[in-house]
Amino acid sequence: MNRGRDGQLAPEDPTPEVGSATDIAPLGRGAGKPPHELTADEDANVTNWERVAAMEEFKALIRAKRRFILPATVFFIIYYFALPVLVGYAPRLMEKRVVGVVNIAYLFALSQFFMAWILAALYMRAASRFDQMVRRIIEKTQNHRG
Amino acid sequence: MPVSLLMFVAFIGITLGITGWAAKRSKETSAFFAASRRIKGWQNGVAVAGDYMSAASFLGIAGIIAFQGYDGFMYSVGWLVAYLTVLLVVAEPLRNAGKYTMADVLAYRLSPRPVRAMAALSTLTVSTFYMIAQMVGAGALVTLLLKDSGISYQMAVVGVGALMIIYVVFGGMLATTWVQIIKAILLMSGTVLLSILVLAHFGFSFAGLFNAVARVTYHENGVEVTRNFLQPGLRFKPPYGALDLISLGLALVFGTAGLPHILVRFYTVPDARTARVSVVWAMALIGSFYIMTTFLGFGAATIVGRDKIADGGGTNMSAPLLAQVLGGEILFAFISSIAFATILAVVAGLTISASTSFAHDVYTNVIHRGGERRPGEEVRVARVTAFVVGAIAIGIAILLGPNANVAFLVGLAFAVAASANLPVIVFSIFWKRFNTRGAVTGLGTGLLASIGLILLSPSIMSVDPPSVTGAARHLIQAPPIFPLENPGILSIPLGFLGALAGNLLGRDRDPGAETRFTELLVRANTGLGAEKATPHPGK
Repeated sequence: MNRGRDGQLAPEDPTPEVGSATDIAPLGRGAGKPPHELTADEDANVTNWERVAAMEEFKALIRAKRRFILPATVFFIIYYFALPVLVGYAPRLMEKRVVGVVNIAYLFALSQFFMAWILAALYMRAASRFDQMVRRIIEKTQNHRG
Repeated sequence: MPVSLLMFVAFIGITLGITGWAAKRSKETSAFFAASRRIKGWQNGVAVAGDYMSAASFLGIAGIIAFQGYDGFMYSVGWLVAYLTVLLVVAEPLRNAGKYTMADVLAYRLSPRPVRAMAALSTLTVSTFYMIAQMVGAGALVTLLLKDSGISYQMAVVGVGALMIIYVVFGGMLATTWVQIIKAILLMSGTVLLSILVLAHFGFSFAGLFNAVARVTYHENGVEVTRNFLQPGLRFKPPYGALDLISLGLALVFGTAGLPHILVRFYTVPDARTARVSVVWAMALIGSFYIMTTFLGFGAATIVGRDKIADGGGTNMSAPLLAQVLGGEILFAFISSIAFATILAVVAGLTISASTSFAHDVYTNVIHRGGERRPGEEVRVARVTAFVVGAIAIGIAILLGPNANVAFLVGLAFAVAASANLPVIVFSIFWKRFNTRGAVTGLGTGLLASIGLILLSPSIMSVDPPSVTGAARHLIQAPPIFPLENPGILSIPLGFLGALAGNLLGRDRDPGAETRFTELLVRANTGLGAEKATPHPGK
């Protein structure tokens, strides 16, 4: 019996190894049915990955995600590491008092929390747009299947 | 101190009740490992927060702020910012393309056995190191918090270990989740309550609080000093202080998204959208928790005072002693039992991620090449593993004893997660030409670099004065070769380079892996073919 992609093997499958894969449905658990024996329900789970990947809508989704995620990641990494770098190497600037005894160092550290929350909120908004794009892709792939 | 003990017992009773309820619903594989993927977004968010905020966060960071002021606050920032990596890069693709473990995604398009074996080794290393640190801390803490009840360090370690084994072996992921949710709610309410009391102490005037923080008086080597606790530099001192903090920041920002016990939580929700919602919930809780920790730490520094905390058990006792001063024995007992709940929730999370990784990655997929020989076998193996892992952790924690210097193990866990796991996760999801050799060398290099650098760091290598004895002494009595306590700044680039070098040296251009990359890309970004929630079996 042929071994699946992730090494799955029907363990005690008594089916003799004759004929092609479409010959007979193998007994036991593990190995799948040949395609022509799938019921409509089972067939619905088969996705043609290459076709989805080639869809204009999918490429647009990947581009849109990259356009948000890449700059957002670069931004938060720079903003976060600016804190220890400035505190470590420009201590005089960071010790300047702004409101009463509260200095730049404290406000900058506090601002990190709000930066993280705001970025997360912006991502949630962008992601609901991505979700809509995904929904359209899934609808289209299902309509294509005969 | 019967009130503390009473609250401990109440928490244990409630969580055991939940475990009994969860046990009936945790028989099937996806129920045991992933709570049937039916946890709601907000619930998982609260559970992630409960899984993540350890006693080191609650007692440790409050203590660092109480003793070293601003630097402790700066230290806490990275623990939240790290969740942006989880949110933007890891959570959704992982939920869409995986089943139970991090290795599911790594092994998806590569040669499954070597990749899974290495990923499991890294997962087990991270979980075990983190767990030992938690267990030693738990033992020391419980004896300190219940010091009049006659509970010894050994009894405390065995008790905590036994409870975490029971939660996981019987209640699986469902019980673990609810223990974490209850703990997070307790932790947040305790922190809010203490913060309000601190502010009330200063007449709800931030100016009053900050003016007191700017003039904290205590004794240093017998001399009275007054310091501005808003000023940086009390903890991270030249020449290596800033560099060490940057190195820790790197380990947090890249490591949190590679922590196996956090990653498995995203398999407990129905889909990637819910995984995303849960990260945002976790960020709301974790962020407000760390901001409030400032009030706890500054409150302890100004209201209790550093000298009194040093006499009353050291930095870790800052928050409990603050509670005692502001709210008497009852509040002290409440805060102590929260610390106890905190430890239990974290160790339970570590135990289930370690046993899932062993059962699913090593046993089923490496040893038996992906086939369960009998239904339910994977869950049985996971239960046995949870028991064994727990027993080993109890044994090591007792051997090390309460004075062992284990704080660096948490840093090591994050460093391994950042240097070994994250580079390989990122390359597998985003790089088409990534191959098996790259994944295996990347995981190996990151793991070895982190451990090696820790061995050469001041955590292990240091010259102690003769007054330091026993387990508190550093293992190697020599000046450290690597000057930083956190290896991330060097080990993370090494992890990435290892993965790159392996990839190029391997040159095993695997057309299969590249075709399956297309499949992974579509799955990760659309959720097509993702694991579905299953109905609750049984009653």
